[in-house]
Amino acid sequence: MDDLVRMSATELADALTNGQVSSVEVTQAHLDRIAAVDGAVHAFLHVCDDEALATAREVDRARSAGEDLHPLAGVPVAVKDVVVTHGVPTTAGSRILEGWVPPYDATLVTRIKHARLPILGKTNMDEFAMGSSTEHSGYGDTHNPWDLDRIPGGSGGGSAAAVGAYEAPLAIGTDTGGSIRQPAAVTGTVGAKPTYGSVSRYGLIALASSLDQAGPVTRTVLDAAWLHELIGGHDPLDSTSLTDPVPDLVGAARQGATGDLSGMRVGVVTELGGEGYQPGVLARFSEALELLTAAGAEVVEVSCPHFEYALAAYYLILPAEASSNLARFDGMRYGLRIEPSAGPVTAERVMAATRGQGFGDEVKRRIILGTYALSAGYYDAYYGSAQQVRTLVQRDFSAAYAKADVLVSPTAPTTAFRLGEKLDDPMAMYLNDVATIPANLAGVPGISVPAGLGDDGLPVGFQVLAPVRADDRLYRVGAALEAALESGWGGPLLAQAPELEVAR
Amino acid sequence: MSAATLVDYDDAVRRYDPVLGIEVHVELGTRTKMFDGAEQSFGAEPNTQITPVSLGLPGALPAVNGTAVEYAIRIGLALNCTIAPSCRFARKNYFYPDVPKNFQTSQYDEPIASEGWVDVELEDGTTFRVEIERAHMEEDAGKNVHIGGEGGRIHGAEYSLVDYNRAGVPLVEIVTKPIPGAGDRAPQVARAYVQTLRDMFRALGVSEARMERGNVRADVNVSLRADASAPLGTRTETKNVNSFRAVERAVRHEISRQAAVLDAGGTVVQETRHWHEDKGTTSPGRIKSDAEDYRYFPEPDLVPIVPDPAWVEQIRASLPELPAARRRRLATEWGYADAEMRDVVNAGAVELIEATVAGGVTPAAARKWWMGELARTAKDRETELESLPITPAQIGALQKLVDDGTLTDKLARQVLEGVLAGEGDPEHVVAARGLAVVSDDGPLLEAIDAALAAQPDIAAKIRSGNMGPVGAIIGAVMKATRGQADAARVRELVVQRVTEG
Amino acid sequence: MSTGWRDEVARVAALARIDLVPDELDRLAGELEVIVQAVAKVSQVVTPDVPATSHPVPLSNVFRLDVPVAPLDRDEVLAGAPEASEGKFVVPQILGEDA
Repeated sequence: MDDLVRMSATELADALTNGQVSSVEVTQAHLDRIAAVDGAVHAFLHVCDDEALATAREVDRARSAGEDLHPLAGVPVAVKDVVVTHGVPTTAGSRILEGWVPPYDATLVTRIKHARLPILGKTNMDEFAMGSSTEHSGYGDTHNPWDLDRIPGGSGGGSAAAVGAYEAPLAIGTDTGGSIRQPAAVTGTVGAKPTYGSVSRYGLIALASSLDQAGPVTRTVLDAAWLHELIGGHDPLDSTSLTDPVPDLVGAARQGATGDLSGMRVGVVTELGGEGYQPGVLARFSEALELLTAAGAEVVEVSCPHFEYALAAYYLILPAEASSNLARFDGMRYGLRIEPSAGPVTAERVMAATRGQGFGDEVKRRIILGTYALSAGYYDAYYGSAQQVRTLVQRDFSAAYAKADVLVSPTAPTTAFRLGEKLDDPMAMYLNDVATIPANLAGVPGISVPAGLGDDGLPVGFQVLAPVRADDRLYRVGAALEAALESGWGGPLLAQAPELEVAR
Repeated sequence: MSAATLVDYDDAVRRYDPVLGIEVHVELGTRTKMFDGAEQSFGAEPNTQITPVSLGLPGALPAVNGTAVEYAIRIGLALNCTIAPSCRFARKNYFYPDVPKNFQTSQYDEPIASEGWVDVELEDGTTFRVEIERAHMEEDAGKNVHIGGEGGRIHGAEYSLVDYNRAGVPLVEIVTKPIPGAGDRAPQVARAYVQTLRDMFRALGVSEARMERGNVRADVNVSLRADASAPLGTRTETKNVNSFRAVERAVRHEISRQAAVLDAGGTVVQETRHWHEDKGTTSPGRIKSDAEDYRYFPEPDLVPIVPDPAWVEQIRASLPELPAARRRRLATEWGYADAEMRDVVNAGAVELIEATVAGGVTPAAARKWWMGELARTAKDRETELESLPITPAQIGALQKLVDDGTLTDKLARQVLEGVLAGEGDPEHVVAARGLAVVSDDGPLLEAIDAALAAQPDIAAKIRSGNMGPVGAIIGAVMKATRGQADAARVRELVVQRVTEG
Repeated sequence: MSTGWRDEVARVAALARIDLVPDELDRLAGELEVIVQAVAKVSQVVTPDVPATSHPVPLSNVFRLDVPVAPLDRDEVLAGAPEASEGKFVVPQILGEDA
């Protein structure tokens, strides 16, 4: 048997099905890996040793009893801490929720439990998913496994780093403006944001309700397809949940892996490239396009003129919705309660003190911005206009999809920057998401797959965007590109990552 | 200016024209809450009817109760409103411990129903039309119980206990347009309006509408102006006026109070005021600096409601007859004069008479029973008609006994007494008390002969053709038969006897 | 940075119920000014005929049946509360509340 932690989820699933390995062995191997490297990486906020092993034992028992099991049963998974887990502390990376133990499960957690995947723990993130570097976590930075001095992306840096550092074969992320795709890009992993409404948001601690979407974080495109299918599908508890059945994503990934993309029109978005993108990022992108062409795809250029306004619209819509979604954190019913240091102890003053101390800088910044944008007199100019820009962005997508089956771009303009480098410049930090945000505004699905290394030897991501409900195209194109690139590299990109020092 | 300064009400309405505006909240009687499946029922143990949604837990999402939407449409249609072809929920953002998300999910610029009216019947039998601006859906808040002494405002000593069972209970808020033209009847109009809505909610089956449980709550806006041609004056909003009587009193008080402010050359402050049931007065609420900046925006966790016109028409067709229309129809069917019908309504006898008539009694006889003997009994016993221990079916049976000659009116009243005393159905009381009319001529003739024999001088007069004193004989016979004789029959038999004689 | 932005941040922080220390007020005033200027470009591009999009994938008439679900366990919920008593959440005194 290979090193269990380096196997893909699909390989582990096969080995479990064939009886070559037990879930307890697989789960224990990952718990051991976490113990060995997470001191340096800090991908996890909470590790569920006992619960994960209990699930693993149950899967092994069921398998030996000949019970019908989900293909991924027994393959462990890590869950971003923004996802509510019954009985397991959930903080969304915020001090304001320190020690909170939810009394219920998110729908996607219910599905994971139903399929019997051991949950290894909860992964670190920017506080309430606000950030692109995981430096805004209330519980310390997560480090990029490729270079521990660099950011793992954000907000889902913990999930991406956990997968990239072989601490988990699968992880759950959430993507409001790129929080799955951008961390995937800078850690050399795979991350997909499904069509808005295709994965239930019930139990996801809301950042921006009309933008949030949960999705898979993995090392291979096929693994992402498996996890996406598992968590997707209609949920009556989420009123924005689509009733459509989940497309055959695994089938699409397998089809793509054959390397044939004939008939597929690939649109390069003019506005998502050029100025502000590192040369190494653009070079890997161009090479990837050549591989797609070689696989039979037709590459066309498309223009999305309103994408220029997407970032501005996003930084109005997100803070506005977030300011309301985060109002509930007030120290009355759960989480932190801080009494004012002086003066009368009234509910109003306790709320303000709790929120003043419990929220970090970035959260306060965005709540202030969002409250401002919604407050009397500004609504039409800011929130109203931003929702109109959203319509224009959607129209750009519609026009582009008339010419192309999928759209492509670099996932992020740069490779992983150094921890602390952009912390004092919010606008520079926001620019990280310039290529990922349009998809969230329009609700379209997107995936980031590793495209190689930049001039600095750090991973570069290649983004594929598909029309609403056509998530299968992400997997077909993503898997085709992955196969072509890996045949050139002679293995996965992550194999080129430096070995992490193992703590004993 | 002293807070207690008031202008005499009659004087106030002589010199000022009051304009009303009323907001009524009704809790819908659905099984579950507006946005989640938590059960809602009155009187449950604290915090036992809560889900992640009604507690506003992180990650929880709302889902609209379809039955609540149907109820809201019912209310809108009953208020002659237009049902919006499309409407949305919005978030009303404000911080308060009993609002678990720190925003209330409500409807803002897109209510489900708008532009309607309702006719309100006043005590004098006239109707007054109230224009409706809108009816919209929203959710209720939890309940706070304040703990801590009145005087002892020691640091940290006071606190509140919060129960979220009520949080998320479906509400429909009905907002009137400004109501001008009520004049000195403004307090009465306000009361009758709220009462009309209460009756309507019950008839529609959308709420138990029990005022004492807070199912129906009213906020009353009052403003004064010099006369009907003047622009609207500054209004105050008196919150949570939760009984019909209080609505009437609060309007009356605000008119007197505002008149005093204006008389003194002051200006009425636009504010929220609290109603004090014990003193019959209002006082200013807390001034909230951010009160007006609720930062409404469309609720992104919910999708628009686009009522299918066929569904709306189906609901319209299934609407029950509303109380006012029903009263008008019944008055016509029963042939009651307006004043008679008003008395029947005020006595709470509509349903009782309706059931009695359905049992085969004529409307006139039914009214005679319920508004006569029984109304007097209820008054004597200081209770409601419907609480008397007698049913419309028993009245039907009693009237039948009168109609077939078994009982005289007088006997029937005795039987009624027996029924009210718990002696059973009328037939049973007749048998037990031996009260049936003596219809066999034999015993009657015996009694007549005895009476004639006992009063020979009267007998002689009658025989001579002077029927004047026949009453004395009849009286004697009635006495002998303990009232169970039919007087008319006795008279016939007396005449027959003297003629034979 | 203008005092206007500092006042604006103070006003908005009160609306958002967030205590800010003076340093935070100063910093946020500068940041808010920069960010607001950057995002204000949204109003340049839209014309009144462009409808607003509030949901990326439009749906309508999503209703739930009026059927009760199991409630949360009260003890479990209250165990996570900062303070609880008599089956209820204990919160500091609420100003303006009728005693």
